[in-house]
Amino acid sequence: MMHGNRSETPLPHRGKGVIPRGSEMGTAKFWIGSVLVGVVFLVLTRWLITNEYYFFAGYQVLQFIVLATAWNILGGYTGYTNFGTGAFFAVGAYSAVVLHKLTSLPVPVMMLIGGVMSGIIGFGMGYLTLRLKGVFFAIATLALAIVAQTLIVNWDYVGGARGVYVIRPQHAPISGSYIQYLYSLMLALTWVSVAIARTIERSQLGLGFNAIRDDELAAEAAGVPTLRLKLIATTLSGALMGMSGAPLPYYVTYLDPASSFNLSYAVNSVAMPMIGGMTSWIGPIVGAVLLGTIQQLATVTISSALNLLIVGVLLIVFVIIAPNGIVGLVQSRWRARIR
Amino acid sequence: MISLDLAVNAIVAGLLLGGFYAAVTVGVTISFGMLDIVNIAHPAFIMLGSFVAYIVNSNFAVDPILIGVVMAPVFFLAGMGVYQIYYYAFERRGEESIQGLAFFFGLLFVGEVALILVFGVDYRFVEAPYIGPSLHFGFVDFPLRMLIPFLISLLMLAVLQVFLGRTFIGRAILAVSQDRLALQLMAANPSRVKRIAFGISIATASVAGALLIIIQPVEPSIGRDYIGRIFAICVLGGMTSFPGMLAGAMLIGIVESITSTFYGPSWAPAVAFGFLLLTLAWRPAGILGR
Repeated sequence: MMHGNRSETPLPHRGKGVIPRGSEMGTAKFWIGSVLVGVVFLVLTRWLITNEYYFFAGYQVLQFIVLATAWNILGGYTGYTNFGTGAFFAVGAYSAVVLHKLTSLPVPVMMLIGGVMSGIIGFGMGYLTLRLKGVFFAIATLALAIVAQTLIVNWDYVGGARGVYVIRPQHAPISGSYIQYLYSLMLALTWVSVAIARTIERSQLGLGFNAIRDDELAAEAAGVPTLRLKLIATTLSGALMGMSGAPLPYYVTYLDPASSFNLSYAVNSVAMPMIGGMTSWIGPIVGAVLLGTIQQLATVTISSALNLLIVGVLLIVFVIIAPNGIVGLVQSRWRARIR
Repeated sequence: MISLDLAVNAIVAGLLLGGFYAAVTVGVTISFGMLDIVNIAHPAFIMLGSFVAYIVNSNFAVDPILIGVVMAPVFFLAGMGVYQIYYYAFERRGEESIQGLAFFFGLLFVGEVALILVFGVDYRFVEAPYIGPSLHFGFVDFPLRMLIPFLISLLMLAVLQVFLGRTFIGRAILAVSQDRLALQLMAANPSRVKRIAFGISIATASVAGALLIIIQPVEPSIGRDYIGRIFAICVLGGMTSFPGMLAGAMLIGIVESITSTFYGPSWAPAVAFGFLLLTLAWRPAGILGR
């Protein structure tokens, strides 16, 4: 319905485009390939790069890949737009702040707990609004972001509106600097979320999601448990966003509501899958790497306000001229060549 | 024990605030309620209206409300332009839901960032004779800064209500909102009617923006505080009716005002959104809904 080429059904052409659908070889290749890429990436960056800045920048790009992939599990696969990325992300971050003050848990555990918190919020959010039209869900997520921000602003224990300083431990649990440690964690999370997205895409669950996206009424009539599937999608998507937010306090060392709930997280996580392509797991990665890199370059060379303008303008231009994103463009090229 | 005059003042302030909220929401009631166009970028147009009022007022000392009214035709044209893009890019292709939402979300964000790039994040305000003094009836205060926008807002609603009910094009807009297909079968062109209606909805943002900068100093990012409020009021009011919308606006205004009087202003934003979430969950047809 929303993914162009309405003369064809979306499922078969997607399979033909990226990787042959259902072939065991393709799946095995993906798992081996992605682990290899991850390990090689980790080792190479650790050994070859000495400038700390690249880890800062790399962390940001990876964080965007996680956010875009998480957004796409709900937005791309089931067609429900979430404008509240900032809320889920910040709930993860503030969970970590609370845990940091109360305990001395290692960061990966904080990520898990932050993910659980955001997952619960995603579930509640979905439970309240998912029985309505999709538009109401989108508006309610915008509202959720403000409610959550108001709660944090009024909660003095985590710093309130003034924000809170988080002191990093002196030594990272593994060799290298603390930033390298956070970078490695984010790389691992990126791998996990992409693997989850791809597994969903190829499973019964993914088929159900696509059915909801294409025609929810028909799906319901055909016996797809739509509400349950949508709740799974909101919970998973929210949990991944929360997990990516949990290391943030250690990354920035100072956290305040205005920056952690920033609308730019929502814009980025909507824009990246839209620009990359929403039907497959590759789309959000392409979009996130592209936009994330552009923003890093623009922040360093021009200004940080301008890079947000770039994202917004790119989002508008892409939804108008290329509604299926870059992956969609490549796929239609591909099909044209085969014929 | 809650003191009586404090409570009465809070309720009066809430009513005045609610009247102003109606002016902010009326555009969305037209675009979202009647035309089914989810214009979440409406607050960006309101901000634009505020900043136009600010520029003209600070350079030529013209009354901000007059500026808002005079600029409304320009906003009308801009609205028609936006609808034209929306129509060709999304509505005609039947892709309005997710891509269309993203389009307006992008507009909202670009509008905000562009205003920040031009004006920075400083708070701006306007000068007018009625900003400052208040009327007093017994222990109840009516600050003119709130009373004038309240009256202008009601006037605008009344004009729109008469326009929709009495004129040919107004009735055509109502017809589009009731049954688009039937209109097409009568050989009328829904997209032309929608273009005009969307233009009107954006034109109201010019006036609402001028009212906003009278009520409070404005900086570009406060627009997004209005998203939840606007949609909360629109949904509370049952989407399409102006009286319902006005009642919803008053309700939100009073609840917000009481919250900020008794619990502090930092809690006020959560009220509208909390209301929105609860309404969506339990009463999606609105308080006066069918």
